[in-house]
Amino acid sequence: MKIAVAVDGSDNALRAAKHAIMLARYLPESNLEVIYVADYNKAKDERLLAQSPESLALKREQKVSPIEKLAKSAGVQIQSTMLKGTPSHEIIKYVNEHSIDQLVIGSRGLNAFQEMVLGSVSHKVVKHANCPVTIVK
Amino acid sequence: MHTLKQQWFGNVRADILAGIVVGLALIPEALAFAFIVGVDPRVALYASFTIAVIISFVGGRPGLISAATGAMALVLVSLMANHGLQYVLAATILTGIIQFILGLFGVANLMRFIPNSVMLGFVNALGIMIFITQMPYLIGAGSITYVFAIVTLILVYAIPRFFTYIPAPLIAIVVMTSIALISGVKLQTIGDLGTMPNTLPIFFLPDIPLNFETLKIILPYSLALSVVGLLESLLTSQVLDDMTDTPSNKNTEARGQGIANFVNGFFGGMAGCALIGQSVINIKSGGRGRLSTLTSGVFLMFLIIVLGDVVADIPMPVLVGVMIMVSATTFNWGSFKFLKQAPKSESLVMLITVVIILYTHNLAIGVVAGVILSALFFVAKISRVSVTHDSGIYKVKGPLFFASTTKFIQSFDNVTGSSVIINFENSQLWDESAVAAIIKVKQKLEQKSVTVQIQGLNSSSEQLYQQFT
Repeated sequence: MKIAVAVDGSDNALRAAKHAIMLARYLPESNLEVIYVADYNKAKDERLLAQSPESLALKREQKVSPIEKLAKSAGVQIQSTMLKGTPSHEIIKYVNEHSIDQLVIGSRGLNAFQEMVLGSVSHKVVKHANCPVTIVK
Repeated sequence: MHTLKQQWFGNVRADILAGIVVGLALIPEALAFAFIVGVDPRVALYASFTIAVIISFVGGRPGLISAATGAMALVLVSLMANHGLQYVLAATILTGIIQFILGLFGVANLMRFIPNSVMLGFVNALGIMIFITQMPYLIGAGSITYVFAIVTLILVYAIPRFFTYIPAPLIAIVVMTSIALISGVKLQTIGDLGTMPNTLPIFFLPDIPLNFETLKIILPYSLALSVVGLLESLLTSQVLDDMTDTPSNKNTEARGQGIANFVNGFFGGMAGCALIGQSVINIKSGGRGRLSTLTSGVFLMFLIIVLGDVVADIPMPVLVGVMIMVSATTFNWGSFKFLKQAPKSESLVMLITVVIILYTHNLAIGVVAGVILSALFFVAKISRVSVTHDSGIYKVKGPLFFASTTKFIQSFDNVTGSSVIINFENSQLWDESAVAAIIKVKQKLEQKSVTVQIQGLNSSSEQLYQQFT
C-alpha cells in the first residue's frame, strides 16, 4: 500500500505527518512518501527573504526534515519528494500519477472568508484525487 | 533546455498559450507606467513590444518576460518632466550601451554582493512609490472615481478565486470600461493622455543635440536606469531559475537587456527591464522557452493595433485600481516578520534602503547606499577579535586584518610574566596589517624582556607571516 502525506512546514502538516507515520507503522507492507510543494506564488517572496539560493534550498529542506526525523525514530522508511508549482495541482497530479492508495493532508483550518481569499488546498485535493484522503485538523 | 533549438521549440504549444496570457497581462501595466512617466501610452506599449521581442532572441534566461516596468518608469519621471520625451529616448539608448558593457565585464557576478536586505528594501520602496504615484489621481477626485477604483481593486482580487485563465486585471478593465461606456459617466480616460498607436514602431533618431550638455543631462539617469534594470532583471532570473530548476546565463541576460534597451530607444520606447510578476505568470501558465517571450510581445502589439480605439476608452480610475494591486504585490509583506527575526544590522539596512529611496526618489541611490552600508556592517561584524589568556598562553579568536588589528594590539598592553605563547588556532591572518600587528606586539613585549612564541598558525597564515618577516 502506498501512503503519501502532503506537508508545508506548518503545525497542521506536522500533525498530518504524525498520523501518516502511525498508519505506516500499523501497515507493515506499506510505503510512506512525503510530498512538499514549493508554491510558485511565493517564489518571489521566498527568494527575497532568503539570503541566497542555497539558504532558500535549506529552508525548504527544513520543512521536511523534522518529519524525516520523526519517521526514523518510529522506524518507518520514508521517501521525500519536492515539487514546484501550485500546491493543489501538484499534489493531485502526483497522487494520481503515482497510484497513491491513501493520502494524508493537514487542513489549515481557515474560516469562510480566509478560504474565499486564499482557497483551500485540502478541499481541492479531496475533490480531484483518485484515492481516499484523510484530512488532519 | 540546453540547445538553442530546445530553447525556442522545446515547448511550442504551452509557450504560445502562456505568451498570449502574458501579452494580456502586460497591457494594463504598460499603460499605467506610461501614465506614471507622463508620456504617450504608445511610448510604453512600443517599449514592451520591442523589448520583449528582442530579449527573446538575446536574453540569457528563456521564459523571462521583459517590457516597460514600474521601476524604470519611476526613474524616468523627472527626466520627462524637465527635458521631455526625446531625452527619455536618448537616456534609454545610453542605458542600453551601459548595460551591454557591464554585461561584457561580468556584472552579474556582482549580484552576490547585493544582500537580500537591500533587495527587500528595493522592492518595498518600489511598492510604496508606485502606490504614492497613484494618489494624486484619487485624492480630491469625485466619488465616481473612488467607486471605479475600489470596484476594480475588488475585482482584481476576487476574480482569480474563480477563474485563472485570463489575467484578472484585464478582465477587470474590460468589465469596468464596459460599465463606464454603457452608463456614460464622465471619467478621464487613457485617450486623454495621448494617441494610441496604430502602426508598428518605426526607427528614428531622438531629436537631441549631440553634445556634452546632453550627455550631462542623461548620464545620471542612464546610470540609475542601468542599475535598477539589471537588479530587477537578475533578481527575476534567479526567481525563474528556482521555479524551473534550470540554470541561466546572467551575464548574457545583462548584455541582452542592454541590446534590447539600445534598440528600443531608437524605436520610440522608454527604458524597460524584466518584470517579476509577468515572468511568474508566464511560468505558471506553462511558458518555459524563448517563444513565450516573443509571443507575449507580438500578441501585445497585435491587440493594441486591433483594439487601439477601445483601449483609449479605458477610464483612468480603473488603471489606478490595477496599479494599487500591483503596488501591493510588489511590496514584500513578509518584511515585517523579517524586521523582527533578522539580525539588527540587516533590518537596519533594509529600512535605510527604503528611507533613502523614498527621500531621494531614486531607486539606484538607495540600492548603492544599502550595499555600501551592508558591506560596512559586514566588515564591522567580521572584525571582532578577542584575545583570552590563561597561564601565559594567549588565544586569539577571530580573523586578523586591517580592521581588527587595533583591538588585537591593545590586548597585549598589560602582559605580565617572562614568556608568552600567542596561539592562532582560531584565527586567520588576512593581510599585511595582520603580520605587522603581530610583529609590533612581539617587539613591544621583547622590549619588556618577555619572550614571545607564535603558535598554531594555519598554513595560509603561516605563508603570509613568512612572506613579511
